[in-house]
Amino acid sequence: MTTTTEAAPPEVVPLTAPAKRPRRKLTPYWLLLPGIAWLVVFFAVPMIYQGSTSLQTGSLEEGFKVTWHFATYWDALVEYKWHFVRSFSYAATATVLCLAIGYPLAYTIAFKASKRWRNVILILVIAPFFTSFLIRTLAWKTILSDGGPVVGALNTLHLLDISDALGLTSGHRVLATPLAVVCGLTYNFLPFMILPLYTSLERIDPRLHEAAGDLYARPFTTFRKVTFPISLPGVVAGTLLTFIPASGDYINAQLLGSPSEQMVGNGIQKQFLNVLDYPTAAALSFILMALILGMVTVYMKKAGTEDLV
Amino acid sequence: MTRLIGWVRRNLVVLAGIIALAYLVLPNLVVLAFSFNKPAGKFNYEWQQFSTDAWTDPCGVADMCGSLTLSLKIAALATLGATVLGTMVAFALARYRFSGRAATTALIFLPMAMPEVVMAASLGTLFLNMRIPFGFTTILIAHIMFCLSFVVTAVKARVMSMDPRLEQAAQDLYATPVQTFLRITLPLAAPGIAAGALLSFALSFDDFIITQFNSGPTTVTFPMFVWGASQRGIPVQVNVIGTAMFLAAVVLTVVGQTIGNRRKARA
Repeated sequence: MTTTTEAAPPEVVPLTAPAKRPRRKLTPYWLLLPGIAWLVVFFAVPMIYQGSTSLQTGSLEEGFKVTWHFATYWDALVEYKWHFVRSFSYAATATVLCLAIGYPLAYTIAFKASKRWRNVILILVIAPFFTSFLIRTLAWKTILSDGGPVVGALNTLHLLDISDALGLTSGHRVLATPLAVVCGLTYNFLPFMILPLYTSLERIDPRLHEAAGDLYARPFTTFRKVTFPISLPGVVAGTLLTFIPASGDYINAQLLGSPSEQMVGNGIQKQFLNVLDYPTAAALSFILMALILGMVTVYMKKAGTEDLV
Repeated sequence: MTRLIGWVRRNLVVLAGIIALAYLVLPNLVVLAFSFNKPAGKFNYEWQQFSTDAWTDPCGVADMCGSLTLSLKIAALATLGATVLGTMVAFALARYRFSGRAATTALIFLPMAMPEVVMAASLGTLFLNMRIPFGFTTILIAHIMFCLSFVVTAVKARVMSMDPRLEQAAQDLYATPVQTFLRITLPLAAPGIAAGALLSFALSFDDFIITQFNSGPTTVTFPMFVWGASQRGIPVQVNVIGTAMFLAAVVLTVVGQTIGNRRKARA
């Protein structure tokens, strides 16, 4: 008796469904409208607008006009070529270091730590996010200070002689050198590397390791042939999440470096906030954006094909 | 000795992991230690002597607590805005097929794949040219903009993994669409929404680059205050706030986890 009444609703639904359909078709657009409008107005339009700003000439008093002045790009590139070189080389170094430092930690959390420890370590990885990163970057000034323990230890091991010779440091100090800036960048973006790595490692079935072991693979071979290839999406995501913000950063160069470590971000910031030369600032950020998008596209294509093969 | 070397070799990964963790936590410990310092000059980079002055008088520095309140206010409003808008977009993307889907996904993805300076400079240029005065509103607009994508990503992942049969079951049991949404869909999506909101709050509260390009001279958020102080002289109270934030985050996460675990245990 009850089963027949319970079976009734499915018969009712198709009757009302056609009437609902036109409204349902519009529902996704209503849901999208406010959020997408926000992104179009305050993200996409400014990006396009910036393109037009970069081709303007004029001054703050007389106003700016679009004059198709492409020379701004050339001048910006000539003036800031070393800033670009430094941005990309520091960011690339920091990304490689993040991978080298972050992978063992992500691996430890995923496979070696007990469940309780896993949560503790994950909290410790995420928690620094909640302390102002400017304060944490300033703490590196204390850690790397001239009379501090790090410089002392590096000096006793004569490592600073080597890094001085390589141009990574100068005058037996770490602060205000490329080493300090790269160290700060690596530190600041390390969590962005660890979290995607952990997510991709955590999904790996530990039985795959056992299977590899049963097939006489040595631990390193297991890592090279099984673990690392499966974790590749995490590696790609982590390297992008580290490289992109690091190449646009200007805080580490400002706080831990000297004027000769300045990156493109410092150039954009100076042109926009101090010099008030908006066309040059726009041209610089346009070039930065184009270079990054180009590199990311090439990298993703390469990583993608390797993944398939 | 050989046994020690063997042990080190077997646990090489874990040891490297511990060193990495130390690298991550070390600056926080330095911030904590130097919150008890009594610096000789204006800068708090060298250890002088132990003192609890800063902890007993955290708001003793002019303008610092005001900037902290401003940052909290902006973070709360930006979180609210980004979470509401982002959740709506996430539901549309996870639940409906519609034309323009690829373009929408690209528009959501791009802000996350763009260096902050680029977004900061372009939005700042727009405000300048539209003659919109920089201040509280422009900061809030910018923060909602860059938090939105992160909320969409977090909520979408959660909604995609939800079992659609639960909602069908509710409708089979004569729940109206509104009832189904409020009693089934929303509670199920809540962890994703909470994760997105938490991330937004953290991102907005800590944002410096976009804020620097889009704030006027009178609206000083906490990161802006620290930046200014790093050039003029840093009061010890900055370390107190940094440490308090770190501890609050750890406590909140632990409490959240415990509640989550209890819920799981009950279910």
